[in-house]
Amino acid sequence: MNFKNKIKITVNGKQMQIFPKYSLKSLITKLNMPINKIAIELNKKIIDKKRISKIQLKKDDKVEIVHFIGGG
Amino acid sequence: MVDKKFKIGNKIFNSRLIVGTGKYKSFSECAKAIKTSGADIVTVAVRRVNISDKNKARLMDYIDPKKITYLPNTAGCFTAEDAIRTLRLAREIGGWRLVKLEVLGDKRNLFPEMIETLRSTELLTKEGFKVMVYCNDDPLMAKRLENAGAVAIMPLAAPIGSGLGIQNKVNIKIIRQQTKLPLIIDAGLGQASDATIAMELGCDGVLINTAIAKAKNPIQMAEAMKLAVISGRKSFLSGRISPNLLGSASTTNRGII
Repeated sequence: MNFKNKIKITVNGKQMQIFPKYSLKSLITKLNMPINKIAIELNKKIIDKKRISKIQLKKDDKVEIVHFIGGG
Repeated sequence: MVDKKFKIGNKIFNSRLIVGTGKYKSFSECAKAIKTSGADIVTVAVRRVNISDKNKARLMDYIDPKKITYLPNTAGCFTAEDAIRTLRLAREIGGWRLVKLEVLGDKRNLFPEMIETLRSTELLTKEGFKVMVYCNDDPLMAKRLENAGAVAIMPLAAPIGSGLGIQNKVNIKIIRQQTKLPLIIDAGLGQASDATIAMELGCDGVLINTAIAKAKNPIQMAEAMKLAVISGRKSFLSGRISPNLLGSASTTNRGII
């Protein structure tokens, strides 16, 4: 795989490499995340899930994907 | 005596027992305990998805948020900003507005940081959240939370997960007398009798996690807690006798041989 063109982003604290112009929706699909069970932050801003196909990821973007877990 | 409805922020619930979903051995055990408890509100936490294990089981696959009310919490938050960020994310997952605010001040005793808790209550209420507030058993702070817009006051019985039971009944009674808001004992209960005592003090409900999840038999304890809450509530509504230092014979002396 050619990594030269790829850009680095951070997803849930882990570094990932993606091709430029990769959309947030593509990332969520690639990670196999059920959209109705998660919330997404991009660089500490909450993203409207309806808009994720319109958002292109950029170098050094920080994505947080959260869901509900057990808690008291 | 007919009981009044258990109403939080304009929504009516059947069970006065709220159950946490943490610390269970598995999601299936958690789901079974919840079903047995009869609870119709469960607390849940917001955390990062494990992106390296895409097929890992999820809480929502076991406990259907359409059938049971999820109450997102702010566990692990130590500032108002952390708590607000967490609850905004919870709202984004699926529109939850009824939330449990919990801002801690100390990692060992897990007591609430009340200055940040009060600030968070004000900010979240302004944003349209209906905030159920985990707090200290301090009547003055409880009043401030009420004035800030809290929809339920949730004082601790004892430190979270300690199982010590209600340590300050007097304060709980004072808070009961001063507020019409739902009063729910949030943390520190250990056994069924603790839940009954909370209800007998006039609380509207109890929130229990560790005492059920870490019991040797969580499913049976869930049932015990369900019955304890019902029992305590009925006892409270029935109007107990006045305590008396001296005896009062149950059998008349008339006709004694």
